[in-house]
Amino acid sequence: MASQSLDIARRSATTTQPPNVRGDVPKVAKLIDISKCIGCKACQAACMEWNDYRDKVGTCNGTYNNPPDLDADQWTVMRFTEYEPEGGKLEWLIRKDGCMHCADPGCLKACPAPGAIVQYGNGIVDFHEEHCIGCGYCITGCPFDIPRLSKKDGKAYKCTLCSDRVAVGLEPACIKSCPTGALVFGTKDDMIHHAEGRIADLNSRGFAQAALYDPKGVGGTHVMYVLPHGDKPEIYDRLPKDPGISPWVSVWKGVTKPILGLGLGVIALGGFIHYVTKGPNEADDEDAKEDKHERR
Amino acid sequence: MNAADRISRYSSQERANHWMVALLFVLAALSGLALFHPAFFFLSDFFGGGTWDRILHPFLGVLMFLSFLGLMARFWSHNRYTPADREWLKRIGDVLGNREEGLDTGKYNAGQKTLFWVMVVTTILLLISGVIIWQPWFAPYFPIALLRVAVVVHSLSAWVLIAGIFVHIYAAIWVKGTVRAMTRGYVSRAWAKKHHPAWYREIGK
Ligand code: SF4
Ligand code: SF4
Repeated sequence: MASQSLDIARRSATTTQPPNVRGDVPKVAKLIDISKCIGCKACQAACMEWNDYRDKVGTCNGTYNNPPDLDADQWTVMRFTEYEPEGGKLEWLIRKDGCMHCADPGCLKACPAPGAIVQYGNGIVDFHEEHCIGCGYCITGCPFDIPRLSKKDGKAYKCTLCSDRVAVGLEPACIKSCPTGALVFGTKDDMIHHAEGRIADLNSRGFAQAALYDPKGVGGTHVMYVLPHGDKPEIYDRLPKDPGISPWVSVWKGVTKPILGLGLGVIALGGFIHYVTKGPNEADDEDAKEDKHERR
Repeated sequence: MNAADRISRYSSQERANHWMVALLFVLAALSGLALFHPAFFFLSDFFGGGTWDRILHPFLGVLMFLSFLGLMARFWSHNRYTPADREWLKRIGDVLGNREEGLDTGKYNAGQKTLFWVMVVTTILLLISGVIIWQPWFAPYFPIALLRVAVVVHSLSAWVLIAGIFVHIYAAIWVKGTVRAMTRGYVSRAWAKKHHPAWYREIGK
């Protein structure tokens, strides 16, 4: 948190302007170049070390995916895919999975707890677990299936993009550990520029469809991929081709909230107006008299 | 009102059951609204803060459903629509304008019956969708795509139910002598004759 608390662009379940006195700060991004990744998992280990979490020891599921999935105690995992393009070739695809730090974060939109999720001015989306109530709405909001509720404390966890390190001018721990330069970090503009060079290089090596993954459906992301097969993101262990906040979440958090809140007010007001204009409906002496008459 | 002018409308068990549901409804609605819109989040303070609100809300909801089952069993058969209800619905404008003369309403009018069925449908939808999104017990067993649909179903049915209860409460305030039916159990004969003439005749027999 520290100095970044002055630069909060968005805050969950908050309808007023969060602290933002410095205004524009440069946007940051992590670039994951899949063509350079050798799957050594140094970044996975560095993430555990810096953020000081230890997932329980699991069992091997017959693949290199280890542990097999993200968890509250595992904020990044390498996902391995054996891909067979035409011509009897085999490609071993390795994707480092974790929070994409969406510019338009579905998790933040869905979260009902004020301040449990914030988006800093630099684009990092961070969970502040001390405000988290454990409802899991962020899980329904995220288009990338990232947040996980901890079984230990019932709070939601995910990659912070090392917001604590970035706040003091360091790069994220994973970046520091990567031996091949597959992970780079800097301003988003610089990372896009760097990616262009990488894509040109890949194009010249026979990957004509190489592309940058910075999906517009979520307003772009602050974690981007260079994909050798840029036209087929889904072959990289189900990386969504065109991710976006689900229409169900938009209906729930977009239109429903204000319209329904207002609707209840209108009904209450309608009742009040009806009472003062039409008045109460009372059985009067006349009814009582008729009743007496009939009983006789 | 002397005893000869009274007609009994609700037994003590029916009243106890009704107020049990009412109390649980208020608690479930307030704790649920806290999670629905930031403007209502302060309501979570009444339940011990956001996390307690999240923990308690589903239990309150399930208890409400279980006690509502009692009301369903008690009132189900009284809420079947009859030809007189069609007439009532046609003359809804007259009813709202306090001109209900000539309507041959039974124990419940078409408005009350409709509200009953709205409550039956919404509480069932709330129970099903609520179990699906219940963290951490049940939600992990359902696909995320289903959770997204369930939260929408849950908030829409909750809204319909709350709106329906607003109407229910207002109607009880508007039609004088109604609240006493649920607090003390009886209504005046004049009340029954004016608002529920068919029931009045049936009882008078
Ligand atoms: S990837 Fe998911 S958890 Fe990360 S910022 Fe986007 S919506 Fe939130
Ligand atoms: S689990 Fe926590 S972070 Fe996720 S939506 Fe609920 S309160 Fe927000």
